[in-house]
Amino acid sequence: MKIETRREQFNSPSLIGRLLAKLHIDVPLFIVLLLISLLSFVILYSAGNKEIDLLIRQAFRVGLAFLLMGVLAHINPYQFKRYSALLFGLGVLLLIAVFIMGYTGKGATRWLDLGLFRFQPSEMLKITTPMMISWYLADHVLPPKPKQLLIAGVLILIPTLLIAKQPDLGTAVLVAASGAAVLFFAGLSWRFIIAIIAVISAIAPVIWNYALHDYQRARIITLLDPEADPLGKGYHIIQSKIAIGSGGIYGKGWLGSKQSELEFLPESSTDFIFAVFAEEFGLFGCLGLLTLYLLVIGRCLYIATQAQDTFSRLLAGSLSFTFFVYVFVNIGMVIGVLPVVGVPLPMISYGGTSIVTLLAGFGILMSIHTHKKFIPD
Amino acid sequence: MPRNLSFKDTPEESRLFLNRIIAALVLILLLTSGLIVRLAYLQIAGHELYTTKAKENSIKFEPTVPSRGIIYDRRGSILAENTQTYSLEIIPEQTQNLDETLEKLKKLLAIPDEKIELFEKLRKRQKKFIGIPLLPNMTEEELAKFAVVRPFFRGVDVQVRQLRYYPYGDLAAHVVGYVGRINEAEMKELPIAEYRGSTFIGKLGIESSYEKELHGTTGYAEIETNVQGRPLKTIKEVNPISGANLHLTLDMALQKTAYDALEQYNGAVVAIEIETGGVLVFASRPGFDPNPFVIGISTPAYQALQSSPDQPLYNRALRGLYPPGSTIKPFMGLAGLEYNAVSAQQPMFCPGSYQLPNSPHRYRDWKKSGHGSVSLPEAITQSCDVYFYRLAGMLGIDHIHSFLQKFGFGEKTGIDLIGEKTGLLPSREWKMSKKNQQWFPGETVITGIGQGYHQVTPLQLAKATATLANFGKVVTPHLVSKISNGSADKLNNNYREATLPVKASNIKTVIAAMVNVVHSNRGTAKSISTGINYQIAGKTGTAQVINIKQNASYNEHQIDFKQRDHALFISFAPADNPKIAVAVIAENGGHGGSVAAPIAAKVIKQYLSDYQQ
Repeated sequence: MKIETRREQFNSPSLIGRLLAKLHIDVPLFIVLLLISLLSFVILYSAGNKEIDLLIRQAFRVGLAFLLMGVLAHINPYQFKRYSALLFGLGVLLLIAVFIMGYTGKGATRWLDLGLFRFQPSEMLKITTPMMISWYLADHVLPPKPKQLLIAGVLILIPTLLIAKQPDLGTAVLVAASGAAVLFFAGLSWRFIIAIIAVISAIAPVIWNYALHDYQRARIITLLDPEADPLGKGYHIIQSKIAIGSGGIYGKGWLGSKQSELEFLPESSTDFIFAVFAEEFGLFGCLGLLTLYLLVIGRCLYIATQAQDTFSRLLAGSLSFTFFVYVFVNIGMVIGVLPVVGVPLPMISYGGTSIVTLLAGFGILMSIHTHKKFIPD
Repeated sequence: MPRNLSFKDTPEESRLFLNRIIAALVLILLLTSGLIVRLAYLQIAGHELYTTKAKENSIKFEPTVPSRGIIYDRRGSILAENTQTYSLEIIPEQTQNLDETLEKLKKLLAIPDEKIELFEKLRKRQKKFIGIPLLPNMTEEELAKFAVVRPFFRGVDVQVRQLRYYPYGDLAAHVVGYVGRINEAEMKELPIAEYRGSTFIGKLGIESSYEKELHGTTGYAEIETNVQGRPLKTIKEVNPISGANLHLTLDMALQKTAYDALEQYNGAVVAIEIETGGVLVFASRPGFDPNPFVIGISTPAYQALQSSPDQPLYNRALRGLYPPGSTIKPFMGLAGLEYNAVSAQQPMFCPGSYQLPNSPHRYRDWKKSGHGSVSLPEAITQSCDVYFYRLAGMLGIDHIHSFLQKFGFGEKTGIDLIGEKTGLLPSREWKMSKKNQQWFPGETVITGIGQGYHQVTPLQLAKATATLANFGKVVTPHLVSKISNGSADKLNNNYREATLPVKASNIKTVIAAMVNVVHSNRGTAKSISTGINYQIAGKTGTAQVINIKQNASYNEHQIDFKQRDHALFISFAPADNPKIAVAVIAENGGHGGSVAAPIAAKVIKQYLSDYQQ
C-alpha cells in the first residue's frame, strides 16, 4: 500500500531540490559533506605528493561511499530497526571469524581476506552497535532501568573487547563510544555517568598493567613526553607538532607543506593529514575546517531532534555524537593531546573503509530525516 | 505486527532526549574549544620554535670529498696516487632479493667468501640507498663477465671510484704508509665537518703524518632532503679543494738499492743529506704491500703479517731499538777529547780484557789477544773495546749522558713522521726513577762500547752521524721538502737547529780515525774501500743480542741465526766534504764490517755518482 509522506523538501521550488527530495537526500547535510569531500581532495593532492593516481583511487571510493549513502537514505528506518539485531549478530560473528582466521598486517589481525578485497568487520560494528543498542532500548520505557543498562553494557563490551584484542584500540574506543552515546541519549542518569567515570578511573591502572599491549602503553607514554624518544615512538607527534606549529596563523599556502613533501611527517595522507592541513592553511584554515565539522554535527543533532520515534532518535543522536568523537580523537592525537590510536580524520584522510562507514551513517541519518510520519499498520 | 516493530513516542521521552542533545552540544563545543586553544598555542605561541625545527629537519649538507694529494719522491716518481678503479657496487634497497643477488654474483664472478663477509660488514654501517662495494677493484675479466649479465641484476652496478694506489708496493710501505677506511675510534677524534663524506684516512707513515695537508678541504652541497636523507633538490654547492701534493726528499732509486742490498737480512737503512737533513733513504726490511690495506685487508692476510716472526709491519728505521754497539765509539772518543779525559796521542794498553778494581768481572775485548798499546784514533779504527771501557770509566756516566744527548741520543730526531721512538740513553736519574736502583760502575763500562741499557733507532744513528760530519751543525731529518697546494708551494726549510759547541780539531781527529776504519789496513771495514775515488768515514758496530756468560765464548756458527749479533755501520762521504750520512742495521748480520758496511757503500756510491758530477 502506497502511503503519502510529507517531506520538507517536497515543497522546495527548485528542480534539484525536488530531485534530491525524491532521492531522500538531506540538502544541507549533503552540501557540507560535499564541501568537506572536495577539501579532502585539495589536501590529498598536496599530502600525497601530487600523485594523481592516489586521487583517482580515492575519488572512486568516495563516489562509492556517496552511492551507498544514497542507497541507505532510500531505505525506510523501519527496515534498519527490523534488521538491527541480525546485522549486529552478523558483525560479531565476523569479528570472531577474524579472531580465528583473520588476515594479519602490521602486527594486527583486523581483516578478513575475501579474495577480491580485504574486509574489516570492525568498521561494520561502528554502525551496527549503536543500532543494536538503540533497538534494544527503544522497546523499553526510558530512561533505562539498571537491568537494561547491564544488558546494553554487555552488548557494547562484546564487540569492543573483540576489536581491542585485534588489537585496534582506535576502533574499539569508537565502537564503545557509539554504544555509550546511545545510553547517554537514552537518558542514562548523571549520577550513573559520574559513577562509571569514577570506576573507570579506578580500574585504569589495572587496564594499564594487564589489558594494554606494549605498543599501546608506549603510545601513551610517548604522548606525555614525546621528546624522550624523538627517533622512535615520539617521532610522529614531534613531526606533526612541527608541521602544525610552523604553519602559523595563515599557513604556508596550498602545496606549501614541507614536512610532508619532504616525507618527515609519517602517514601524512592518512592518519596525520590534519597536520598537513594545519601547516598549509594555518590556524584560520583549522578554524574553517572545524566549523565545517560543527555544521555537520549540528545538522545531524538537529535531525536527531526531529526524529519521531525512539529508535531513530537514539540512533541519530549516537551517530552524530560518534562523528564528533572521530574528529576529536583524530585531531587530538595529531596535535598531541591524545595518544596515537590509528583513527583517520573523518571525510579527509586517504582510505576507503572509513569514508564508507561514515557516509553509511549519514545515509541512515538522511533516511531518518526523510521518512518522517511514516507509521506502518 | 510484532511488538518490537512498533514506534512509540511520548512527550516525556522527547523532552529528556532534547535535554541530552543540548548537553551533548555543550560537551562538543567545550571539547572543540579545547582543540582550538591547543591549535592556537601551537600555531601562534609555538610558531617560531616549530618554524626553526622545520628548517633543521629538511636542509642537509651533503659533503663532496676532495681528491687526495699525490706523493712524489725527489725525482718526481709517484709514491702514492689516486687511480680510477671499477668498483662493483650494490644498492641493497634496489635489489629484489639481496641474498639471492649475492649468491648469483658469487657464482658468476667466483667471489671469495671473505669479500662477501667484508661486504656484509660494510652493509651494516650504511644506509640502504647507498652503493656498497662488493669488488672495489674489478679486473678486466670480471668487468667483461658482468657486462653481459648486467641487465639481469637490479641494484648492482659498476662505478668508477678513486682508490689510493702505491706503485712501489713494499719498497716504501713504512715511510709512505697507506690509507684505509676510517674506523670508529678515528671518527671520534676527527673534525666532523672536515671529514663528512670521507671514507679514507692516512693510517701510517707520510699518509698519516701529513693527513691534514693531503686530505684537502671538503666541499658541500646544500640539499633539501626527505626524512631518509634522500636528496630532492640542490640549493647551493661549494666545490672541494684537492689535497696538497707532497714532494719527498726520498730517492726511490737509492731506496731500492738500499732495500735490495739488505738481501736476506731484516734491518734498516737510513741515509740523510747532510746539508739539509733531507732523508734520502728510509728503508725497513722486510716490507709489506700497502695496497690491500686500502680496500680492506682480509683477516687471515692481516694475521699472517701480524704473526710473522720477521715483523714486516714494523718500521725498523723509525721505531727499531738496537744497542749502538761500537758505532758509539766515535762519539765516546769525541767526548773524551772534549772533556780532556784523554788526548789524541796518549796511548792506553789493551791486554784483551778489562777489570774494575775490586771486582772479579772481566770485560772482554772482541780481540782475545788484545790490541796492545793504542791511542784514541787507533782505538776507533780497530774498535778496541778495552780503550773505551777505560775511557767510559774516566768520563763517568753523567758526562757520557750529557754529551751523547747533544747528538740526539735518547731524544726524538724530530722527523716529520708520527710514531718515532726516543730510544734510551741511560743516566743515574733514569735508573733511579725506572728501576729504583743505584747506578753501578760496571754499567758505565759497558756503556762505553754501546752495550747495556743504551738503545738507538737507525734514524737517531744517522742523524748523529750527520751532525758529526757537519762539525756539530744539527739538522732535523725530514721527508717532505715541498707541499704544493695548487699555485702556492710551501718549502720546508725549517730544518736547521743549533750548532754544538764542539772543537773542530777534536772532530777532525775523530773523522780521521773513521776514515781509517775504511781506508787503512787495520780498519774494520777496509773491504769497502776498493774501487772508489773518494773517502768514506765510517764505524762498524756489532750489537749483542744475547748475553754471553763469563768464560764462555761466542761462536756465531754454533748459535741460532736469530741469536746472532746485529751488524751495524755508520758512515758519511766524501769524508773531506760530507754530503751523505748513512746508518745501516742488519739484524743478526754478525759483523758490521762484512755485512752492514757494504750496504752503506753501495748507497754512497750510487748517491755520489748520481748527484756529484
